[in-house]
Parts: sequence; C-alpha cells; structure tokens
Amino acid sequence: MTIKIGNAFKTIIATGAALMMAVSVAACGPSAGTPSDSASSDSSSSSSSANAKARTLDEIKKSGKIKIAVFSDKAPFGYVDQDGKYQGYDVVFAERLAKDLGVDVEYTSVDPAARVDVLTSNKVDLVLANFTVTDERAEKVDFAKPYMKVALGVVSPEDAQITDVSQLDGKTLIIAKGTTAETWFEKNAPNVTLQKYDQYADAYNALLDGRGDAFSTDNTEVLAWAKANKGFKVGITHLGDDDTIAPAVQKGNKELLDFVNEEIAKLGEENFFHKDYEQTLEPVYGDEVDPDEIVVEGGEL
Amino acid sequence: MHGAEILLQPGVFPRLLQGLWVTVWIAGVSVGVSIPVGLLVGWLMTLKNPVVRAIMRVYLDFIRIMPQLALLFLAYYGFARWFDWNLDATGACVLVFILWGGAELGDLVRGALQSIPKAQYESSYVLGLSPWQTFSRVILPQAVRRLLPASVNLATRIVKTTSLAVLLGVVEVIKVGQQIIDANRFQFPTGTLWIYGAIFFMYFIVCWPLSIVARRLEKRWSHD
Repeated sequence: MTIKIGNAFKTIIATGAALMMAVSVAACGPSAGTPSDSASSDSSSSSSSANAKARTLDEIKKSGKIKIAVFSDKAPFGYVDQDGKYQGYDVVFAERLAKDLGVDVEYTSVDPAARVDVLTSNKVDLVLANFTVTDERAEKVDFAKPYMKVALGVVSPEDAQITDVSQLDGKTLIIAKGTTAETWFEKNAPNVTLQKYDQYADAYNALLDGRGDAFSTDNTEVLAWAKANKGFKVGITHLGDDDTIAPAVQKGNKELLDFVNEEIAKLGEENFFHKDYEQTLEPVYGDEVDPDEIVVEGGEL
Repeated sequence: MHGAEILLQPGVFPRLLQGLWVTVWIAGVSVGVSIPVGLLVGWLMTLKNPVVRAIMRVYLDFIRIMPQLALLFLAYYGFARWFDWNLDATGACVLVFILWGGAELGDLVRGALQSIPKAQYESSYVLGLSPWQTFSRVILPQAVRRLLPASVNLATRIVKTTSLAVLLGVVEVIKVGQQIIDANRFQFPTGTLWIYGAIFFMYFIVCWPLSIVARRLEKRWSHD
C-alpha cells in the first residue's frame, strides 16, 4: 500500500487549514470575561511590522478601546466586585485615563509575574497593576511618572510576630512570584527560605494555613490584609527602599507614555489621587495611615 | 459569618457558572477540532512514507515532551514576539490544546489502525477501493470502537488541563473563584475552601458523564 506523496501533502494542508480554522473560531469565543474579547480585530492592525509592536495613540483612539492590564484579585488596588466589575485604586485611575482619551477600557487580568510580558508581547497598551518601578523592570518597559509610593512590609501571626528581618533566619517566608519582595529577600536575606506562589490569593491562604512563618509584599497590601484578618499583625512596616508605583507602557511607546505623564501632571492639580485614595483605600486602611505616605500627586515625590 | 454563606452571596454562583462556561468552551472547541486532526495525524502515522513518518514522529514527541504550560507560554507570548502573531489568551489555549489533543489522539488512532488485521486492508484493495476509501469506509469504522474509550479519557484530561489557562490571564472558573475569594476575604475569611469546593464539583459534573460514557462503551464493546 504505497501512497503518493501528493496525497499525503494534501492531508497536511488540510490539517493546517483545520488548525487555522480553530484559531479563528477561538477569536470569537465566549464573551464571559476572556481578557481580550475584541483583541483579535485591533491587534491584527499592528501585525504588519516586525515584533509585537505597541499600538500608537491614534490606533487606540480609532479602536475605541484602550487595553489595560490590572490585578483582578488584589483589593483594594485592583479587584472584581460581586457584580463582576473591576474596582480599586488602579482601576479608578484607568477609568479616568480612558475618559480623557475618549475611549473605553478593556481590562486584562494579570498575575504579578506576567506584567512585563503582557507589554513586551503587546497584549495590552498599559499596565496599571500596582507596578513598582525597579531598574531591572525599567530595562524592559517604560515607566511613566509615579502615582503611589510603597515599601516592603512583613505580616506574621500575632503570637509569633516577626519584627526584624534577622528573626526570619532559617524560617520560611511566603512571597508572590515576580514581586519586589522576591528580589529584595533573594539579595539581602539569603538565609531565609522563600516559599513562592503565583497568586496573591494562594499566598495569603498559605499564611493562614501556617505553611510559612510570615508573608512579605508591599506594605500597603499587608497593612490592609492584617487589618481585616484577626490574629495577624504587620511586624515590619517599612523595609527596603521607598519604591514608587507607576503606569508602564511598552519600551519605546513614547506617544502613550507622554500622554500618561501629561495626565498625571494635570490630575495632580485637581488632587485626583487623594480623592481616589479616599474612595478606594481609606475604607480599608482607616485613619491609621496618612494618605501622603502612600499617594503621590502630579508625579512629584 | 460562616464560610459557606459566601456561596449564597448574590452574583457568586452566576459568575462561577460564567467562568465554567469559559472552561467548557475552551475544552469543547479543543476536543471538537482535535478529533479530525487526530484522525488525520493517526492515519499519517501509519503511512510508509519516511518523510511523513519523521514529521509525525517529531510532532508527537515534541508535544509529549514539552509540558503543556510551556507550550501555552510559547503560543501566547512567544508567537507575538517572534512572528507578531498576536493570539488572544483563549486562542492560544485552544491552539495548544488542539495540537496536544491531536497528537495524543493521533497516537491512539495509530494504535487502533495498526491493530486492524492486514487482511482487511488487502481485501479492500482487491475490491478496488482507493487508499482513502479503504481508510474511511473499512478501517476507520472498526478502529473507532477500539479507540473511543481511551479518547474519552483524553477529553476529560483536556477539560482538567484547561485550568492552566488561568496563567495566561484567561478568566475561567478558577480565576473567577480567586477573584470572588479575594473580593470577599474581609467578609468571609474562610470562604476559600467553599469556593474551591464548588469549583471541584463543577469540574466533577463536567467530567463525570464523560467517564461514565467511557466505561459503558468499554463494557458494551469488550465482547465484540
């Protein structure tokens, strides 16, 4: 039973065609919360040039939608409320940016470790996911002016409180992958065993279950969490350098970067971020935290 | 408040079901397209042509050796950066699961085809059927019964593996669950177990009928 090459070749082509079909079917997939519902239509417009080139401001305006990556499980900065709507400090800023640009927002849910990749592969135009500015990250993406500042904090059970990094020697510290806490502890505390999780939700559960002795991430985040979870306290409220949090765009997307910078400067005049703080963060932090310790107005530290 | 009450909150169940629909959709399309792809791949694997066999060999081994997660990242981030082929997250998942399902199913098809006695092929040729006719009219119908139970198992594996899609940012049932847990973590600190428990039952309800079908078919055809 010999078979002609031509025949086999046809089959290969048919297989390929079937795959292509599947991909195009996927493009019109379910509407329920896929991160890039209409991405197929507008991302194809940028596919003429080499690499995953970022969209220009004009292209974003024309498509009527700006694609923004936010956290979807990190209240009060970026989370999804019970109606399935995105909410939080970052989201309020995202909505305002879109409004001033005259477009709608299309949110993509990201995990901490994916924030650089979604930009370099042009899955989104802008990342507004509590993105701490570091030199390492700045080599891969362009940061706009900051709109928040933050240091590391360490939360631990009240009955075995960690109040100094030296107490962690030989103990297990829970961290989320791709966060500044991961880099800081790897560099500065080699004796600490790090237990890494992809998702914040899982990291918190690990702490609740006692799989680690403490959990470290941005102080804003642990403060909010410890306030809501009895039996846990932030023993170290300020660790490492004061870092800034800023929006990020793909490297070289100057147009969008300039727009975001102008917006931040303009919004500073109307004290926008303080209002944002009152609306989203104050209910969580209460009056224990001075807003000026967290909010950066107009991009000026 | 008791943790179980989180499930009764307005919006929680509809949202989980919406997430489940994304999961089922990805799995359904992947399995659906995997079937024709797998049949073709399986047929190609039985061909004597050395070039086709080599290609199929590389394809199968590549898919088998690479973890699905690595394939997902390649399809989602890699394609965009190297070829500027910007698949959305759902598209990347479906593509990878079709390639995976096609390869695994292809190997099952190959096994089933090769288990058909040679006399069946020879008789068909003697009757003047073309290779394609022999395959589609004589061999395939017999092979399908032998490979159905195993392919249903493959389908349940694909359903479960869709949970990796969450790492590309697809908001499927697991991600929806995590969002709900997080949004309610102040109100229901112990809600985690209940949400993951509900998700467990959702996967179970999707996969269970499949494994029942597989068991029934196996029983019914075991005496043929």
